[in-house]
Amino acid sequence: MAGQSDPHISIFTPAEVEFLAEDELVEIVPNIRMDALNMICGDFGPFFPQISTKVPIWLAVALKKRGKCSVRPPEWMSVERLTHVLEAERESPREFQPLPFHYIELSKLLFEKAHDDIPDIYMVRSLIEDIRDVRFHKVEMGLEKISGRTHAVKLKNLSAMEVNIVRPFMVRALQAFYKHGSPEMIQQPESTVSRTQVLDRGPRRDLRPR
Amino acid sequence: MESELAGRSEEEAAAAAMEAQTDVDLLKRAWRNEKAAPEILQFEAGLVQRAREQIQLLEETVEEFTENRSDDLVIPLYQMDLDRALFLLRSYLRIRLQKIEKYMVHISKTNLWNRLSEQEQRFAKRCIDIMEKHLDQSVLSRLPYGYQSMLKQSISSEEDDMVPEPQLNTFVFCKTKSNVGAFQLDDMGEEIVDLVADDLYVLRYKSMKGLVDGGRIDLV
Repeated sequence: MAGQSDPHISIFTPAEVEFLAEDELVEIVPNIRMDALNMICGDFGPFFPQISTKVPIWLAVALKKRGKCSVRPPEWMSVERLTHVLEAERESPREFQPLPFHYIELSKLLFEKAHDDIPDIYMVRSLIEDIRDVRFHKVEMGLEKISGRTHAVKLKNLSAMEVNIVRPFMVRALQAFYKHGSPEMIQQPESTVSRTQVLDRGPRRDLRPR
Repeated sequence: MESELAGRSEEEAAAAAMEAQTDVDLLKRAWRNEKAAPEILQFEAGLVQRAREQIQLLEETVEEFTENRSDDLVIPLYQMDLDRALFLLRSYLRIRLQKIEKYMVHISKTNLWNRLSEQEQRFAKRCIDIMEKHLDQSVLSRLPYGYQSMLKQSISSEEDDMVPEPQLNTFVFCKTKSNVGAFQLDDMGEEIVDLVADDLYVLRYKSMKGLVDGGRIDLV
């Protein structure tokens, strides 16, 4: 999307979106015995060899890196399920199929850190890429429909990363339409007639951020 | 007497269910909302205090562990948890400071001031002082009479038109937590949106900020 000329406070970097995704729970199968972990973000364990348990994905990745567990790929990440989702995405041009909110971040993390735990990984990877493409194409089509009469947009089932990518453009487009369609602007000529020495008595100017 | 007790235990059960959301979840929510909102939100004093205490406790525990046990596995995991919580807390506080720096005069002149913590208020006062002195010394005192105010373009301005304000008409992405039903977006009742539970919307911040304050909608 178009680059930002000034860094705005309300931008989430992709790293921050991934950070949020890292708290999602995944199932792991430990190969060691470990006491329960009482962390600020929650309590997990105790861990027994071959007994599966759920932990946040950041913890799963840390354990996997140290060779202490294997990761069970989530149900939605099977070739069968994803093929079904891809077909459904292609057949419904105005709807998004339900997918986990963080499906992009989760799949990326698992591909990178637990690739040996995912059956048919190349197929899964390629399916997810296709799904992303189809969905994003729909987002682009949807953007073309934004007009001055758009006062709200509904994006059912859009995922976190997709939201983040489209956010800057969509916000600026909606803002621009709102500003130029606003009835306040139309009233401006009347008020400037009587005040000749003061400039721009219309709606508040946006001062440049420091 | 009995019904009173029964009523109270229901409340306690509801409160316990609410607490089932960890402070980290609440801090995450506060961080996300603060990042996405154009204006500064209410300071979560209780949450920040609890988070600080928990972080400190964990820091001490990790130190203890590192000295006494040479447990290569568990310590880094607790350290990661600690780092994550610290990041959320620090980022939350930093975003607020950024907003205060950007809109300090506006905040000090409106009831947004009450959303700041005591320390933030002290920070804001000092910021304004410094900014005033700086602008005065470097520019304003050298401008012709009538144009020397930091707040007004000239003395003929009716309002403080040199004060940057947050852009409340910006659009934000948000997710509903429960059914809100038909919601009015504008003053004239022309724009009504049906907000269903767990759906993603892009709305004008100004129209829906009441819902954010009430915790019925999350900014994403």
